[in-house]
Amino acid sequence: MKKSLVLLCLFSVVAACATESARKPAAPDAYEKVLDNGLKVLVKPDTRAPIVVSQIWYKVGGSYEPDGKTGVSHVLEHMMFKGTSTTAPNEFSRIISALGGQENAFTGRDYTAYFQTLEKSHLETAFKLESGRMHDLVFDTAEFEKEVEVVKEERRSRTDDSPEAVTYERFMAAAYKESSYRNPIVGWPSDLEAMRVEDLKSWYSSYYAPNNATLVVVGDVEPVEVFELAEKYFGGIPARDIPGIVDRGERPQSASRRIEVRAPAKVPYLLLGYHVPVIATTNNMEDWTPYALEVAAYLLDGGKSARLHSELVRKQGIASSTGVSYDPLARKATIFLFSANPSQGETVAAVESAIKEQIRIMSEETVSDEELERVKAQIVAGKVYQQDSSFYQGMRLGLLETNGLAWQLGEEIHHRLRAVTAEQVREVVKRYLRESNSTVAVLTPESDAEG
Amino acid sequence: MVQMRVNCLLFLLLATVGAEARAFSQIQHWITDNGARVYFVETHQIPMVQFVVGFDAGSARDPAYLKGLSNIVKGMVEEGTSSMDGDMISTSFDSVGAEYSSGSGRDIALFELRSLSEEAILDGAIDVFGEVISEPSFPEDAMERVRQRVLIGLKRREQSPGSVASRVFYNRLYQDHPYSHSPLGEEQTVSQISRQDLVDFHEEFYVGANAVLVIVGDLSPEQARIRAGQIVDGLPRGANPSPIPEVRGLNESVVLSVSFPSSQTHLLMGQAGIARNDPDYFPLYVGNHILGGNGLISRLATDIREERGLAYSVYSTFSPMKEPGPFIVNLQTRSDQAELAEGLSMETVRQFVEQGPDQDELEAAKSNIIGGFPLRVSSNGKIADNVLGIAFYGLPLNHLATFSERIKDVSLEQVKGAFQRRVLPGKFLRVRVGSG
Repeated sequence: MKKSLVLLCLFSVVAACATESARKPAAPDAYEKVLDNGLKVLVKPDTRAPIVVSQIWYKVGGSYEPDGKTGVSHVLEHMMFKGTSTTAPNEFSRIISALGGQENAFTGRDYTAYFQTLEKSHLETAFKLESGRMHDLVFDTAEFEKEVEVVKEERRSRTDDSPEAVTYERFMAAAYKESSYRNPIVGWPSDLEAMRVEDLKSWYSSYYAPNNATLVVVGDVEPVEVFELAEKYFGGIPARDIPGIVDRGERPQSASRRIEVRAPAKVPYLLLGYHVPVIATTNNMEDWTPYALEVAAYLLDGGKSARLHSELVRKQGIASSTGVSYDPLARKATIFLFSANPSQGETVAAVESAIKEQIRIMSEETVSDEELERVKAQIVAGKVYQQDSSFYQGMRLGLLETNGLAWQLGEEIHHRLRAVTAEQVREVVKRYLRESNSTVAVLTPESDAEG
Repeated sequence: MVQMRVNCLLFLLLATVGAEARAFSQIQHWITDNGARVYFVETHQIPMVQFVVGFDAGSARDPAYLKGLSNIVKGMVEEGTSSMDGDMISTSFDSVGAEYSSGSGRDIALFELRSLSEEAILDGAIDVFGEVISEPSFPEDAMERVRQRVLIGLKRREQSPGSVASRVFYNRLYQDHPYSHSPLGEEQTVSQISRQDLVDFHEEFYVGANAVLVIVGDLSPEQARIRAGQIVDGLPRGANPSPIPEVRGLNESVVLSVSFPSSQTHLLMGQAGIARNDPDYFPLYVGNHILGGNGLISRLATDIREERGLAYSVYSTFSPMKEPGPFIVNLQTRSDQAELAEGLSMETVRQFVEQGPDQDELEAAKSNIIGGFPLRVSSNGKIADNVLGIAFYGLPLNHLATFSERIKDVSLEQVKGAFQRRVLPGKFLRVRVGSG
């Protein structure tokens, strides 16, 4: 359950079947080389299978976009499959496919990333194609006009026709007043309507440059050989000045906020969120705040023995499902978010009270050693399980680097999580999960709303 | 999430391809004293191990008047045993960082445990896992809660046009066949399920003769045998269930339109497809890859999305099951262009069936499927999914080792012939859900 909202935030060029869920902290153990043009290359050998995952991460995403241009990062991601001066539209995909490869791309709040997974001998082809579209993308107006329609369809199916997704979108816009995290990654409908191919060209020439990217390779490869290949294909692309952005923060919230969303739904839904810092905004690895918040998220929602499921679902029977999401790796201050569907015959208000009662308890009483140890066992095991996916090992490195942290912090973060004390958890819950810092969004099914 | 897991599993079973003997020459197989079939793949690179138990106890085994029973049994086993309540069970797993999950589809009910391979940790988790599967106590209070959760799940599904379209499609296509209803069941039948029904269902289907166990990970063969015993020895031998009824397809084209307050119309077009052991499996698999199985570059994606921008998601898929699962063409588009998209995609299918693929398309598809084999067995998790497919559908142990050859052998004529025999656009069921 935990983290499901993080996945909801990603928009991909091809609808993908997520066979693996995001895992807990990994142990980045990678080799780094920075090319003269500023491209950072990270290589993590994983010799279990004769495959290689190649990912390129650009430091641009939904949160970089100014008002009126929301969604431009994601539409550009789609256009990246439309060819260069030497490749036709979709030829990239055809070549990778003929090699037995898989490829896709995804846009988040803080990044745009492209990846290929291939039998290991084909890494060079991936580099050749990926480096081409880093600097030589073709913007054909007719292709753009079709593709922006595809994106509008994507928005319709993933947001507009999903009452809970609409509620999430409305929630974010209510919880943030200033931060660009208030905007949906896919873009507001009116911005998509107004978008022109020139917007994409200018976005591309601003942010797609080697010095604004991280190339991550995980697989059965020799780091030195990967560095040579990277130099060969990416080394000749000149660095460029990357525009600074007006990156508004969010001023402290002084009073609770509440919205209602009415939609043709069947089941009510609650979102309850609190503004919280993240590792990147605490500016200091010594600050234990984000780690304590992450441990709090586990205590509340790490498995069915955690407090929300155990109390609200099993004991009280008040909620049919509950979840918590918190992303300590975000680039900017984010939201510690609770989500729930009430049980049959129960109200959203009752669920909200029950969650707040759990928060009150955690802010007043320290958790037992046994409970804390249980969470630490999950964190330790999760780190091992993550090694089973080359893709997520790469994802972890790319995220850390792209979101303004250093990839080397992966191991450090793991240690810090394990060092969190019961008193620190109590303190962050008391400090951040308080009424005046809260935003509530309630989804009221429209048939109910009529009555 | 669990439902997704099962869908993905089916997807993987479908996509299971090719063979690099490396991992799979080493599937070790044995049958326990009580008849459970065990499949073990030894991998030591990561100190973890995965156990998957599958029973032929999906919703196809629900009695017609108790649709949804299999799903409730699946959800209830972790809510209490003779010696533990649900909280104690969850705590046993969570306190050692083990991850328990379960899922059910039309054919299978499956239970999965992922754990660190350290002996002391496994000692704690395995016994509980075995007890959950073989000795659930089905406490009444938990049962009401799980029933309510399913009822909410059924309602929640009705707020998604895609889920409604799928429900309507299966209901009409399979009619009185047990594949007709959703594994979640229906409101009325779920409300009627009693505790005794759970006990009876468990007693009949959760038995050694009806179980497969897949183990992948960091154990020696001796350890794997001991752990397998701890998991399944508590099951009575029982018997294999009788075959599920034959599927009768539609004899004529049927069109169903359902009004739904959404901006898009969801279109599902198709028919009864193939069973997992169908002799046309390989040509149909390769052919569908070309028609609508391969991302942005399939014929359907090219015609609907790339050339016209009509849809984000458009694909076709076979879902081979014990009995013929459906063949479905699926797309969503703004309601005012649904008719256009439906006509175009039907035309794409018709043309493909009539003319078959060309040689270049066939070669490209085969090289993708064969070349992509290493990706499909590159992790413990993926190996476990593939081996579960072999185990559950009774495929030969060398299935993966011979798969690439069989793909390679598929000819143009075979693809064309198989599609002409098996895909009949003139008898498609077409379901439209939206505001159009």
